[in-house]
Amino acid sequence: MSNAPAEEIPAEEIDLTEANEIIDKYLTLPGNLMPVLQGIQDAYGFVPKPTIDLVAERLNVYPSQIYGVLTFYAQFHLKPRGKFIIRVCVGTACHVQGAERITETFFGRLGIGHAETTEDLRYTFEKVACLGACGMAPLAMVNDDTYGKMTVQKVDEIIETYNARPMK
Amino acid sequence: MSDNAGIKILICQGTGGISAGAKQVEAEFTRLIAEKGIVAQVGKRCDVVKTGCRGLCANDVLVDVITPELGRITYDFVVPEDVAAILDQHIVNNEVIEKKKAKAYYNTFVDQQMRVVMTGCGQIDPERLDAYLEEDGFKAIEKCVKEMKPAEVIDEVKKSGLRGRGGGGFPTGMKWSFCAASPGNHKYLICNADEGDPGAFMDRSILEGDPYCVIEGMMIAAYAIGCDAGYVYVRAEYPLAIDRLQKALDTCYEKGYLGKNIQGWGFDFDMRIKKGAGAFVCGEETALMASIEGERGMPRPRPPFPAVKGLWGFPTNINNVETFANVRHIINKGSAWYASLGTDTTKGTKIFAVTGKVKHTGLVEVPAGMSVRDVIYQVCGGIANNRKFKAVQAGGPSGGCIPAEVLDTPVDYDSLIKAGAMMGSGGLVVMDETTCMVDVARFFLSFTKMESCGKCVPCRIGLKAMLDILERITEGRGEMADIDTLLEMGATIKKASLCGLGQTAPNPILSTVKYFRHEYEAHIQDKRCPSNSCKELLLWQVVPEKCVKCGACLRACPSNAIKWEKGEVAELIKENCTKCKSCYDACRFMAIE
Ligand SMILES: Cc1cc2nc3c(=O)[nH]c(=O)nc-3n(C[C@H](O)[C@H](O)[C@H](O)COP(=O)(O)O)c2cc1C
Ligand code: SF4
Ligand code: SF4
Ligand code: SF4
Ligand code: FES
Repeated sequence: MSNAPAEEIPAEEIDLTEANEIIDKYLTLPGNLMPVLQGIQDAYGFVPKPTIDLVAERLNVYPSQIYGVLTFYAQFHLKPRGKFIIRVCVGTACHVQGAERITETFFGRLGIGHAETTEDLRYTFEKVACLGACGMAPLAMVNDDTYGKMTVQKVDEIIETYNARPMK
Repeated sequence: MSDNAGIKILICQGTGGISAGAKQVEAEFTRLIAEKGIVAQVGKRCDVVKTGCRGLCANDVLVDVITPELGRITYDFVVPEDVAAILDQHIVNNEVIEKKKAKAYYNTFVDQQMRVVMTGCGQIDPERLDAYLEEDGFKAIEKCVKEMKPAEVIDEVKKSGLRGRGGGGFPTGMKWSFCAASPGNHKYLICNADEGDPGAFMDRSILEGDPYCVIEGMMIAAYAIGCDAGYVYVRAEYPLAIDRLQKALDTCYEKGYLGKNIQGWGFDFDMRIKKGAGAFVCGEETALMASIEGERGMPRPRPPFPAVKGLWGFPTNINNVETFANVRHIINKGSAWYASLGTDTTKGTKIFAVTGKVKHTGLVEVPAGMSVRDVIYQVCGGIANNRKFKAVQAGGPSGGCIPAEVLDTPVDYDSLIKAGAMMGSGGLVVMDETTCMVDVARFFLSFTKMESCGKCVPCRIGLKAMLDILERITEGRGEMADIDTLLEMGATIKKASLCGLGQTAPNPILSTVKYFRHEYEAHIQDKRCPSNSCKELLLWQVVPEKCVKCGACLRACPSNAIKWEKGEVAELIKENCTKCKSCYDACRFMAIE
């Protein structure tokens, strides 16, 4: 969710071609900062530090303003994320149907908490405010796959399924 | 459906349908229709149509088969394995498959509703412009441009009595007239599809099921106000809605329904999508505009109002998705017809997202003024698992909880406010005797605290302080004075906050204290949670007198913490128990506490 703390990550070598292409696409559009950052997030899976410098330079905005935007919205991430993003809905409908035990079971099984990534970069776990499919509460998603009517047992089944998937 | 000669197979493909496997079902139909030569066998066209959400996602995949011989029959829980039988038995041999047919409650669910805004949802293919045109699509905007002056359009909307569906309930026609009155030739129109309210999903379903009707609503508003450019601000958590709307926009541009000189009518309008990035406060109008401009989405004080100085300093009008979706029906059928629906102060229909402990969770559209009781018991089948109704939470984080005593409240803006809740965007979360009201208040507060933008002190610090108190209470460390402190702080935060988030955030607490004070007192004085919901206060044991020896708890427990034999009272082994509460929810007899 929003207001996640900003985190410094070490500078690294990355290929900026794609970031440049994204910036080209939106260069003349008013209000282009968000779509550019969203494009970078989609392309790289997170917003790497070198792309922030690049965006600052090419769109002529202060890096502080970019960080302001990145840390305000829940969608942006400053660190690499897992291959499988597990999202558990903790909206109202899911809450009354027992979302808490689903999140806690995931925490227990994966050893990570909200907005954290396992060291092997296999899983990132996130609580989300509402996925808008309340009829199937409680709800979990792994990348684009939806799992409705979640139970604690299903948590184990999901983890087994994705543990078996190759990382590449 | 106008076309009765052929056969139509409607497959529900909202987010619910797709996650239940609708794509596979569709593929199987297409494959078998070709393979078995069905069209040749029955001598009729046989179209497979994918539609948006039908409203009862819990029963997906829903498949409607419409044939000249049998009319319309609905099948629910359809899986690819059922497809061959439906084709052979129903379509070729004209015989309904009784045991796959949706049960009586499905008809009740559908018949008790009144679908105006959602007429297209679940009926037409949201990705085909022709399907929309067949349902009189773009007739309303054509009528406006050709036969009405902008002021007449505004007048018609005013007379209809339409009020905004985004929460506040501000009269739409009046809002339009403010922006129309602002000087200048360049104005913006924004459709608010942020839908941040947890527990509401009607805007998403409209965009997924009938995106053209939102576009047409915006075109009409643009013509009436004199806007030449529009944005739809959609939350990024709704990929399917974004995708379908984008396809609809592309088609409109291609076929000349958007852009310069639309259909040769001498009217211009441009539209694009702006993806949100996951911040609840961005649903607030001024924050939303800041977000489109590429800033942090923080509200700003008003005036200046958006109608005067909005997006990039230009006059701007913002409406909700459902509001825009109403407009074409008002123009097509007339304001008098529209004003005849609903109550004195709330006209038309309202869509509710009914979720929680109700039998048939879903999206229902009813005339404004139906009682909350009827929505829950008549349309949605009542409470699940034969439990007792406790409360219904209406209006999302800014709303409140309505207890059984006031269940006969009609669903309109003013009655709900009188009952201590509000319409909000139309989420109704039903709670039964297993839901703790102190915990519900805590839940909403933790949500609003997290989503507070932090600009003003009462909201930023006050909500945190209130949340701390609530947490203490749910952990059994509360004091009686806490209740008064909560009420006082709540009143202050409501008064002193800048935007609607802070101004309404205390509502869930205020309404639960009003109606469920005894639950607060039980937590504080007896260190007991009457709903057996707050973990720290649970005893974790089976009550032998209540246990009917059914064994449901054993099947629910993931940690081997239940001992049960056929015909025996269950036993809970504390050492193994992780307090996950699965057994408690599974036990229909409230025998665990
Ligand atoms: C914190 C906050 C969140 C809001 N979220 C939404 C939202 O998600 N969707 C929406 O249509 N309106 C939302 N609103 C209300 C809008 O600010 C605005 O009143 C509404 O979009 C106007 O449209 P209407 O006149 O058609 O109702 C929100 C308001 C506040 C204060
Ligand atoms: S009331 Fe809360 S959300 Fe609204 S502007 Fe103030 S701090 Fe931000
Ligand atoms: S589910 Fe309830 S009634 Fe059934 S065996 Fe367990 S405790 Fe007893
Ligand atoms: S609370 Fe969970 S772990 Fe404990 S007995 Fe019940 S189901 Fe088993
Ligand atoms: S998606 Fe099928 S009924 Fe909602």
